[in-house]
Amino acid sequence: MKTRMLTLAGLLLTGPALADPDDDALVINGEIEIVTEAPAPVHLSDVFDTIYSGWRYRNDETQVMESDDFENPGMLGVEAARDDWVEVAGTEEESCASCHGEPEEMAGVRPVYPKWNEDAGEVRTLEMQINDCRTSRMGAEPWKYAGEDMVDMVALISSVSRGMPVDVATDGPAQSTWEAGRDIYYTRYGRLELACANCHEDNSGNMIRADHLSQGQINGFPTYRLKNAQLNAVQSRFKGCIRDTMAETFEPGSPELVALELYVASRGNGLSVEGPSVRN
Amino acid sequence: MQVTRRDTLALGLGAAALAALPLRAQTANANIEAAILDFTGDAELADGGVTLTAPEIAENGNTVPIKVEAPGASEILVLAAGNPNPQVGRFAFGPLAASQYASTRIRLAQTQDVIAIAKLEDGSFARTSQEVKVTIGGCGG
Amino acid sequence: MADGVKPRVRVPDEATAGEVIQIKTLISHPMESGQRRDDDGNLIPRSIINRFTVEFGGESVIDVALEPAISSNPYFEFEATVPSSGTFVFTWYDDDGDVYTEEKTVTVA
Repeated sequence: MKTRMLTLAGLLLTGPALADPDDDALVINGEIEIVTEAPAPVHLSDVFDTIYSGWRYRNDETQVMESDDFENPGMLGVEAARDDWVEVAGTEEESCASCHGEPEEMAGVRPVYPKWNEDAGEVRTLEMQINDCRTSRMGAEPWKYAGEDMVDMVALISSVSRGMPVDVATDGPAQSTWEAGRDIYYTRYGRLELACANCHEDNSGNMIRADHLSQGQINGFPTYRLKNAQLNAVQSRFKGCIRDTMAETFEPGSPELVALELYVASRGNGLSVEGPSVRN
Repeated sequence: MQVTRRDTLALGLGAAALAALPLRAQTANANIEAAILDFTGDAELADGGVTLTAPEIAENGNTVPIKVEAPGASEILVLAAGNPNPQVGRFAFGPLAASQYASTRIRLAQTQDVIAIAKLEDGSFARTSQEVKVTIGGCGG
Repeated sequence: MADGVKPRVRVPDEATAGEVIQIKTLISHPMESGQRRDDDGNLIPRSIINRFTVEFGGESVIDVALEPAISSNPYFEFEATVPSSGTFVFTWYDDDGDVYTEEKTVTVA
């Protein structure tokens, strides 16, 4: 009897250790300190006390790949985007660099996107803003919303903000879009009738088959996934998640996914920008 | 105890269990035998002298970090017993290699043994293996 | 040639004579295994980097034979001895006959 009780106690002790995010700390290149755990934003306070980067749910081998830019294959995309950054494209004979200088001058941009654009009267993702630059300023063709050129460029712009806290605005003119995103987050989709919240709130920390469910934070996007060995745009991931509920999905760049991105980004306000991250 | 390839073959052929193996597994075993034979020339395989570091559980079989090390070795052969083609890589160390280790990332089609065989300084061969569990993710995403 | 193949190497700029240095290399390459099928069910032909060599002053450091089981964007880490100032030559050999090279000079103080 005594033995059995001890065993039970052991199970209870090891249970939470398996389910919770781990206690590892992330410092990239030995210099960029990444905040992977922060107090939950006020609008989430009845759901979580603490928010965690998805990095904390991965195993050590995956984690270490993000700790050094050389070992992070996502940085290949960043380097490719540096070539695009200085490449003159379109009829106006301009490159990104013509207006913005070095990519490093974009530090601070990623943390506040998606963001209300007053002139356009809409909430814009970084992708939308990049394509607006390409079409209206450069006279160039827009990139495919979640195509390789675009995801590489978003990775470059994210990379120069790594370590800065995500800080998207949820109020003011962005509020209605944010609320639309929140509605999508809590709507059950597909034949499996699953909302984002069913996995990433109700079951975060639990195993879904062999996969450790995170809170579904997007501070690490674009993310290099071991699964497909390439950089993945956040809205491609949304599409994949919704598809997995056996639903007709929204397309990357659609108003629904733009709203969802704003809302999900706001759930990570306070975590560091991490992209390009490495995930499974 | 050392088991030579010939012993292994004899044991295997003698066992009725082999006949029960699926054809694909038999083919894979034959491929591994051929790969080992090609590398060792049927020499004995000792335990010790080569180490293999791999995760016990890989988060995704598409990118599994491994490290092989065999002090003084001239070459290390890496095999994945459960892959359609068991060959993974062959590392030859030159005179300017400061040590005989290498790390890389490999693909594993399923849970299986990863095998490292080193050709040591004296021309003998050493073998080690480790099982790596490859998990099926919850979400293809 | 596979699109956008880009080699990267990490080697210290300086070393002392006989010092052991760690080298890391990564090259962007899909390493198409020859096992996958396209949307129409046709086998996608194998297209990999099949050999990777590192030499310093004409002497070999490491020579790797790669099979399709090496992951996309092949990564290697190993150690070399630097006898004197000189140049590391890194060479990747593609199935399609292309050869990618990268050089890195190390100064021995």
